[in-house]
Order: sequence, then C-alpha cells, then structure tokens
Amino acid sequence: MKLSEDQLMKIELDRTKCTGIGMCESVAPDFFEIDDDGELVVLRDAVDGAEVADVEAAVLACPTAALRLRP
Amino acid sequence: MSSGSSGGRLVVVGASLAGLRAVEAARRDGFTGEIVLVGDEPHLPYDRPPLSKAFLEDDSAPEPTYQPPSHFADLDVDLRLGTRATALDPVARLVATAGGEIRYDQLVIATGSTARTLPGLEGLPGVHVLRTLDDARGLRQALDLAGRVVVVGAGFIGSEVASSARKRGLSVTVLEAAQVPLERALGPEMGGAVSALHAANGTDLRCGVGVQGIHQGSTGLRVEATDGSSFDADLVVVGVGADPATEWLEGSGLELKDGIVCDATLSAGFPGVYAAGDVARWFNRDFDVEMRLEHWTSAAEQGAIAARNAVTGACGEYRTVPYFWSDWYDRRIQFVGVPTADHVTVVTGDPAEGRFVALFRSGSRLAGALCVGYPAHTMKYRRLIGAAASWEDGLAFADSRR
Ligand SMILES: Cc1cc2nc3c(=O)[nH]c(=O)nc-3n(C[C@H](O)[C@H](O)[C@H](O)COP(=O)(O)OP(=O)(O)OC[C@H]3O[C@@H](n4cnc5c(N)ncnc54)[C@H](O)[C@@H]3O)c2cc1C
Ligand code: SF4
Repeated sequence: MKLSEDQLMKIELDRTKCTGIGMCESVAPDFFEIDDDGELVVLRDAVDGAEVADVEAAVLACPTAALRLRP
Repeated sequence: MSSGSSGGRLVVVGASLAGLRAVEAARRDGFTGEIVLVGDEPHLPYDRPPLSKAFLEDDSAPEPTYQPPSHFADLDVDLRLGTRATALDPVARLVATAGGEIRYDQLVIATGSTARTLPGLEGLPGVHVLRTLDDARGLRQALDLAGRVVVVGAGFIGSEVASSARKRGLSVTVLEAAQVPLERALGPEMGGAVSALHAANGTDLRCGVGVQGIHQGSTGLRVEATDGSSFDADLVVVGVGADPATEWLEGSGLELKDGIVCDATLSAGFPGVYAAGDVARWFNRDFDVEMRLEHWTSAAEQGAIAARNAVTGACGEYRTVPYFWSDWYDRRIQFVGVPTADHVTVVTGDPAEGRFVALFRSGSRLAGALCVGYPAHTMKYRRLIGAAASWEDGLAFADSRR
C-alpha cells in the first residue's frame, strides 16, 4: 500500500493493554513519551505519509499490541 | 513485505514469547508454507513477567495467556502443545519429538531457559521455583496459606517474589549467597543501591548467607544457613537464576556455550537453523560482543527476526541496546545498555530515597543507564546509547532533566 504524502493516519492506543514499557518511545520519540508516573502520553496522534514508517515500527515494537495505526 | 518468502515447512520449537513472535512474523512476511509450533508445556503461550508480579499478588489476577486458540487458527499454525523436542539432526533437517519426527525446511529454536534449583532440594514439599505458569499457580496457592516466606536468591525474580509476598502482608526473609546482590546485572555499587529497596519495605535481606539445608520440622520448614543461623518458614522460594534449555541439543552438532552460539543474524550455523530468545547467544554489533540476554524485549524481537531470516532468506542482523525492567514494591527498576563499566555515577535523585538515575561509563562512551522510579528518562537514555553517545552527552542530558 502506498500512501500519498498528504494522507493522514491516526494512532490509536488501547490503555487497557499498555503497560508503560516504553518501546514505542524508544522507536518514535516524536510521537510517544512515558511520563513521570510511567504512563504513556501520545504526543501527537496524526501521522502524515512521511512519518508512517517510524510509527509503524513503533506499533510493531509494542510488546502488548496496544497500538494501532488507522487511516 | 519481503519478496523472497517461500513455502516449505517452518518448525518453531518452544511455544512461548520468542516462538509466538516467530510464527507471527513469518506470516506477516508473507510465508505461505506450513508452520508447526512445538511446545512442551500444556498451555497456550503466556506472558512470564506477571507471574512474579500481579499474578502472585492477587488471587483474582487472570492467567496471562497472550492469545486465544483462534489466533493460531487464523495464522494457520499447527500447534503441538505438551510435546517435547528430544533431539535435532541439522543435516537431515529433522526434529525428534515425543510425538514422532518432524522434518523442517526452516527451524527456529526458542526453548528459553529453565529455573535452576538447589542440589538436593528438588521436589521437597514447600520448596518452590518460579518459571512456568504451573509453578506460579502452585506458589500462589501456597502463599495463601503462608505466614513466613524465605526467598533464596536476591536476583530479579527472587526480589519480585519477595515484593509480592510483602504486599500480601507476609513476613519475608531473603538469603543471598553473594556479598552484593545483582552484581552481574547492575555492578556492585548499583546492585547494593537497588537492593536497599528491600529493607525500606520491610523485607529482611541477608547478604553473604547461603543455604546449607532445608528440613521439615514440626512447625513447617527450617532453613539452615551457611553462617549458622536458621529461619523458620511456611514456604521457600528458590530464585537462583536460570540456564538455557539446550540439553536436547547435546550431540546435535550445534555449538553450545551457555546457550546456542549464533552469528549477528541469529543463524546457528546450519542451513535454515536460527535461535531466538533466552536460549540464544548471539553477536550484538551495537556493542561488538557476544551476549545472551534473559530479557522480555529481546526475546520478542529476536523471535521475529529469526523467523524472518529463516523464511525469507534475508540476513537481517539483530542489534540492540539491551533493556529490562523489574517491578519491586511499586517501584519500576529499568536498565538500558550494558553494566560493564569503568565508572558509575548517580545523576538524578538519591538512592537513599529509593528513586534515582545512575549512568554507566565505558571508556568515553555512555554504556548504560539505571532508572529507579524515573520511567520518563529510560527510553531517552536508550536512544542515546543506541546512537553511541559520549559520556558527556549522557551527563548533559541528565542536566537538562533536572
Ligand atoms: C517470573 C518471571 C518474571 C520475569 N520478569 C521479567 C521482567 O520483568 N522483565 C523482563 O525483561 N524479563 C522478565 N522475565 C524474562 C522473560 O520472561 C524471558 O526473557 C522470556 O520469557 C524469554 O522468552 P523465550 O520465548 O525465549 O523463552 P521462555 O519464555 O523460557 O519459553 C521457552 C519455552 O520453550 C519450552 N521448551 C523448552 N525446552 C523444550 C523442548 N525441548 N521442547 C519443546 N519445548 C521446550 C519451555 O517449556 C517454554 O515454554 C521474567 C521471567 C520470569 C520467569
Ligand atoms: S510500547 Fe506499547 S505497552 Fe509500551 S508504552 Fe508503548 S504502547 Fe504502551
């Protein structure tokens, strides 16, 4: 699937699955950050075409499958 | 999506984290051949970290099964649980199991590690180890009836068990044979600093004290220590580490050296044979050393990469900045990088308060970071270490967070 540069994807986080392990932050720090309480903060949930690869890598890196990237 | 994906039969031995990630990655990469997942436990793949944490603390905590049976049906995986692999012939490409031989085109070995026991104490009633779901069920039941717990070994799993038992209000003594706990994982200074969490939470930690013997007395178990002291307990948990599960590979021709020796691509040296997870000793180019990790994150990642390399013929290297976490008494302990260091400094917080960050220096490089109760810092250090940051970069980042 090829995305045009202006097509926006959206990050969805399932808080019931997230354990705050932070792998997503380690892969895509522009989008994810663990806060002082160990909770994940999604810094920005709209992802444009150029950034999709990074965020996809973060989605795959999530140990608990808590993240999704949706059109 | 890789183009080189072929058919044939992928066999994955070990149906836990690395094995699960292997079969998922093979399908994600478009592998259309047969997949057989062989595991000796009777259970569907499940998550181990909760077994010493939430699962032990609370009788109502659910069993941490990763995926329902339908997941394996969807992936078209032939799941053979309760089946032990007993031998490998990497020339004939055969895995022998209790249920007959299985021929493979590609093989991922993900048999993990097995809890060490204390010689002579195996099977003694009231003496537990913790590695499997069955171990955890037995231990949780025993904790329900216990008042006094002795934990042998102040490593991560022993310490998590101690912490869970304290949360249940039990009285807990931890005996550690070494003078300093966790020396191999965190170095001497930080091993001590982290272990101070025990005393702060009412656990009696005795270092330099080994176990001489355990006897069944009239009021429960009596643990005789090497320093002449003794401790009464209703149950004893032995947490003295784990060994890679490679006995079944003896004589196979695979090189075994505290794990299966692999190259940077997780290849075990025979055509189509890869290893992943706790059982794999591989060459990590991020640090240019051979390592074997017993960490959740690397097991998951290695499973995926080993399978991808096996089924697509890709030669992807697995390189990583090691990462693990452990939860003690509501504190999250996280370590990124490697603990072999010339110098260690606390840069944030204060060990006396049980909340701090310490950086590990190796030559001019930032080699590792230990974060205790600073979850917001951990992954930033991991990225710095992955980018081969200098020691000064590490200190500068610490300054910026103060
Ligand atoms: C109680 C506990 C708590 C943990 N907590 C943490 C934590 O907080 N953070 C962290 O980073 N890591 C933690 N870990 C470590 C982490 O769980 C392991 O690194 C991870 O499970 C390794 O996955 P694996 O698939 O390589 O091996 P394993 O999970 O060990 O699985 C190997 C599987 O292969 C099976 N097997 C073995 N031999 C054979 C054979 N011959 N034939 C067929 N099947 C076989 C085994 O029965 C097992 O099911 C913890 C481990 C335990 C036990
Ligand atoms: S990697 Fe997954 S579980 Fe971990 S913090 Fe990110 S979303 Fe949560």
